[in-house]
Amino acid sequence: MKPEEIQKIAEIEHDMRMAYKYRIKVCCSSGCIPFGAQKLLKAFEDAVKELGLQNVCKVARTGCVGTCSVAPVVLIDPGNHLYQNVKPEDAKRIVQEHVVNGRILEEFVYKNEAYFSKQYRLVLRNAGKIDPLRIEDYISVGGYSALAKALTQMTPEQVIYEVTVSGLRGRGGAGFPTGQKWNFVAKSTAKPKYVVANLDEGDPGVFANRTLAEADPHAIIEGMTIAAYAVGAEKGYIYIRSEYPLAIQTLKKAIEQAKSYGLIGDNILGSTFNFDIELRLGAGAFVAGEETAILSSIEGLRATPRPRPPYPAVSGLWGKPTLINNVETLANVPLIILNGGAWFSKIGTPKCTGTKCFSLTGKVRNPGLIEVPMGITLKEVVYEIGGGVPEGRKFKAVLVGGPSGGCLPESMLSLPIDYESLTQAGAIMGSGGIVVIDDESCIVDTARFFIDFCMDESCGKCVPCRAGLPKVREILDKIMVGEGTEEDLKVLEELSYLIKDASLCGLGQTAPNPVLTTLNYFKKEYLSHILDGKCPAGKCNIKRMEVVKK
Amino acid sequence: MTKNIYSNRLPVVQQLREANELSEYPKTVSDKRIILIDKTIAAYGYRRDALLEKLHVAQNIYGYLEKKILLHISEKLKIPPSQVYGVATFYNYFKLKKPGSHAITFCLGTACYVKGAEEILSAVEREFNVKRGETSADGKISIFVTRCVGACAMAPNVIIDDEMIGKATKETVLDKIRSLL
Repeated sequence: MKPEEIQKIAEIEHDMRMAYKYRIKVCCSSGCIPFGAQKLLKAFEDAVKELGLQNVCKVARTGCVGTCSVAPVVLIDPGNHLYQNVKPEDAKRIVQEHVVNGRILEEFVYKNEAYFSKQYRLVLRNAGKIDPLRIEDYISVGGYSALAKALTQMTPEQVIYEVTVSGLRGRGGAGFPTGQKWNFVAKSTAKPKYVVANLDEGDPGVFANRTLAEADPHAIIEGMTIAAYAVGAEKGYIYIRSEYPLAIQTLKKAIEQAKSYGLIGDNILGSTFNFDIELRLGAGAFVAGEETAILSSIEGLRATPRPRPPYPAVSGLWGKPTLINNVETLANVPLIILNGGAWFSKIGTPKCTGTKCFSLTGKVRNPGLIEVPMGITLKEVVYEIGGGVPEGRKFKAVLVGGPSGGCLPESMLSLPIDYESLTQAGAIMGSGGIVVIDDESCIVDTARFFIDFCMDESCGKCVPCRAGLPKVREILDKIMVGEGTEEDLKVLEELSYLIKDASLCGLGQTAPNPVLTTLNYFKKEYLSHILDGKCPAGKCNIKRMEVVKK
Repeated sequence: MTKNIYSNRLPVVQQLREANELSEYPKTVSDKRIILIDKTIAAYGYRRDALLEKLHVAQNIYGYLEKKILLHISEKLKIPPSQVYGVATFYNYFKLKKPGSHAITFCLGTACYVKGAEEILSAVEREFNVKRGETSADGKISIFVTRCVGACAMAPNVIIDDEMIGKATKETVLDKIRSLL
């Protein structure tokens, strides 16, 4: 395939789409499928056929719109009308009213404007717009033109320069400048080089990467291929969790399609550049998402982290230079190449450019997947986009950054979301989980839940993490049954800092964060367990506590 | 890379196998499923780094990873059995024990936990007298716990035989399981 052909396909596809007056798109992502999205798709197809509207109305699947709490959802173009909670039996009525009579069915319309108004969709630009299973759809919205531009008009150095100027930072959580990372790998002289796309989204409560892979798999592949061109790699691996069957299928299909179009493989777009992508499945190990553990896992070993330096940029897969990026980082790359690094650097804050996807869950009215510009405050996310906690309950804390993130109280809600502010507050950006908890949840129990998770997932390599976390949990257990003492809190803090300081990888270094932040912001609750024998949330086993107190 | 360090040890494993219980591995292939595994191994060009892929295939075919299968893979890929076993036990997804005829998987990710997955799980444990990670005495149901299936907006989630139940309640889950038995 030649670069001009991409343009041609885009034009043909566009004309084909515009030939239909109405386009019905049914969200078929993991959020909507359990609620019957596939049956709904079939029902709409049948309804259109039954009413003889095949030439007027096109029915297709699409990726996640983000309003997962009102699943399943249907979008009707033109006008981008979002219908919520649609059942298969409603399909015919909707087609009849909307398409034939031109009347919008108010009872199904999603009315929450605020949910979308604060969002800025860059990474998820095509989610809800294209059919993720068709590469032609992706090409028709400008897909793969960034790859063509990079290969035909830019040198690898220029690509790296644009990414550096954009200020893009790693979206996996650590926030390392992407351009700098690419530069390190490009400068390594050893061959072959590898590119690894990290889709091992193990954090409980996070599904942003999965949604991206399900809604726009080609954005990942295109970004990865540009990265490979920039650093001089010929082989790439996408490492994905085995718990995401739909994302795996979608990516597999996308890789096949890209191969058949000559967009990956040998002599891409008529150039001398070769790049091949292989999909690798994880197997339920949280630590495998860590930068060096992922390498061990791809090599077919136990996913244990390695000491750094040497950094993967110098010695990664099989000792060769390896570029490891999160898939969300990679999905930003085509936009940066098309619009220039300077354009990208204007979004967000000067130090943290661009946007970030967050999975907003827990006790909020509108849970779902959101993408917001960096620098937005937690308050805007929780109250304006999320709609606040449901009626009758009181906001207690927001957990930012997954199991190794932090619990932030109401007073911290004005905090802007960027790497530095979150780290300073004791939380982390992580892979983008925001879980809201209300007064029904006990803070000690929440901290224990996270410690329990990290303890389960500790690979066992470093003693502080392997032996320290069970000890932390033991103390939390003690507090929860009312046997804790004030001395325990001191030990808890000391132990947490020890685990943080003495562990090799990110898991151990951040695992005590929930304990430290809750001790910092919610010490009262700990003391109420210890001194008054009372759990403010009424969650811990008070009965047993009273027995103990007697 | 751990290449070749172990390969000279393999004859010992073979001797062992012939000498004792390990010989249960079917030398004459009566089990057709093993051919499928061999085909996957060949498709990956006997590459050792794709061990996880092979374990996935084997688990899909057999439902769990029997010892003889692990040994078979170890022999085919020329990876020491200890390493194959080490990998199979490291990753939570791989099951080393035979599961019951119905698999009930509870998501205990943050969102599900906050929304009360633990209470549903305890109720199921009590009603059917099975602990998490175990199989009932009659071999009918197994309860598994997973950390986040990524459908957090519909929390709590329970997966019963590949069918996902979102916004699960104690009643819906118990009823669903009862209807299976």
